[in-house]
Amino acid sequence: MLGALVIVLREVIEAGLIVGIVLAATRGVPERGTWVSLGIAAGALGAGIIALFAEAIANAFEGAGQELLNASVLGAAVVMLMWHNAWMAKHGREMTIEMAAVGKAVTAGQRPLTALAVVVGLAVLREGSEVVLFLYGVVATGTSAASLLVGGALGLAAGAAFTALTYYGLLAVPARHIFMVTTILIALLAAGMAAQAVQYLDAAGTIDLLGRQLWDSSSWLPQDSIIGRLLHTLIGYTDRPTELQLIAYLATLAVMTALTWIATPAPAARSTA
Amino acid sequence: MRGFALALVLMLSAGASVGGAAAAQEFNLTIRNHKFEPAEIRVPAGKRVSIYVSNEDATPEEFESAALKVEKVIPGKSKGLVRIGPLAPGRYEFIGDFHSDTAKGVVIAE
Repeated sequence: MLGALVIVLREVIEAGLIVGIVLAATRGVPERGTWVSLGIAAGALGAGIIALFAEAIANAFEGAGQELLNASVLGAAVVMLMWHNAWMAKHGREMTIEMAAVGKAVTAGQRPLTALAVVVGLAVLREGSEVVLFLYGVVATGTSAASLLVGGALGLAAGAAFTALTYYGLLAVPARHIFMVTTILIALLAAGMAAQAVQYLDAAGTIDLLGRQLWDSSSWLPQDSIIGRLLHTLIGYTDRPTELQLIAYLATLAVMTALTWIATPAPAARSTA
Repeated sequence: MRGFALALVLMLSAGASVGGAAAAQEFNLTIRNHKFEPAEIRVPAGKRVSIYVSNEDATPEEFESAALKVEKVIPGKSKGLVRIGPLAPGRYEFIGDFHSDTAKGVVIAE
C-alpha cells in the first residue's frame, strides 16, 4: 500500500505543482475553474489512452516512440508557456491595476486561458499515464489489489492537497506582485521542461551532440530525493546535466525574457520582468 | 576520446543521426519477478550503448536512473529499448521504479 501511495503521490505532486502555479497565475480570471478542469479532464483521458497504447507507442519509431512523445509533449508545453508569458507582458499591467483596485472582480477580456489549460492537460497527461500504467499493473496481478488501490487513492488525495498548498502559498503573494512572481515561475518551469525535452531527444537517438555531463551534484542534492524532485519540476533542477541541457535551459530563459521585453507595451522605461 | 570526437563529427555531417545509426553496441536485460537479470551490466565507456529490456512480468515497469538520465516505461510482457551513453567510466545505478525494493541494477562503464 505504501509503495502505491508513494508512486501515485510523486506523480500527482509533479502535475499538481504545475496546476497550482497555473491557478495562481490566473487568479481572478472568470471561468478559469472551467478551463483548468477541462485541462485536467482532457489530460486524464489522454493519460488513459496513452497507457492503453503504451506498448504500441514504445515500439514506434524504432523503439523511441515513448521518448519522442515525451519530448513533443514537453515542447508543446514550453511553447504554450511562452505564449502565456508574452500575453501577460502585454496585458498584465492593466490587470494588476484593476485587481489592486477592485479586489478580485476582474474583467480580464480575452486571456489566453487555452494556453494554460493545454499546459495543465499536458502535465496531467505525462504524469497521469504513469499512474494509470502502474495501477493497471496492480490490478493485473490481482493479489492485494484492494490495499494497493487504497494506497493509490490516498496518494491522489495527498497530491491534490499539495496542489492546494501550492496555490494558497502563492495567494499569499500580494496582488500587485503576483503576475511578476508567476511570470518568473512559469519561465523557470518552461526552461526546465526544455532541458528535459532535449534529454528525451537524446535518449531517442534523434540528437547526439553536446552530451557531455557538466557537473555532478547528486551527493549534495540528489535529484531523486523529495526536494530534488520538487526542484526538478519547479525550476528544472538536474543533478547531472549535459551541455545540451544547460544550453536548452538558458536559451529558453533568454527567449522568454526577449518575448516579454518585446511584448511589454512601450510607455516609459520599465524593467523587463 | 579522439574516436568519439570523430564519430561525433561523422554523425553531425550525416545530419541528425537518425536512430543513433552508428552501430551502438547492444546489451540485453530481463525483468523477471520484479528483478533485473543480470543485475550488473558492463559497457564500454565513451560509447553509445543500446540496452534491450525485456519485461517478462505481467506488470509494467519503469526503468529509471537519474545517473543515466533515463526514464522509460516498459509495459508487461514486452520489450523496451533504452539508449544510454556515452558514459564516463564509473558505476551508474538504475531501478525499476514500480518495484524499487527488488528491482535494482547497475551499469558499469569501463
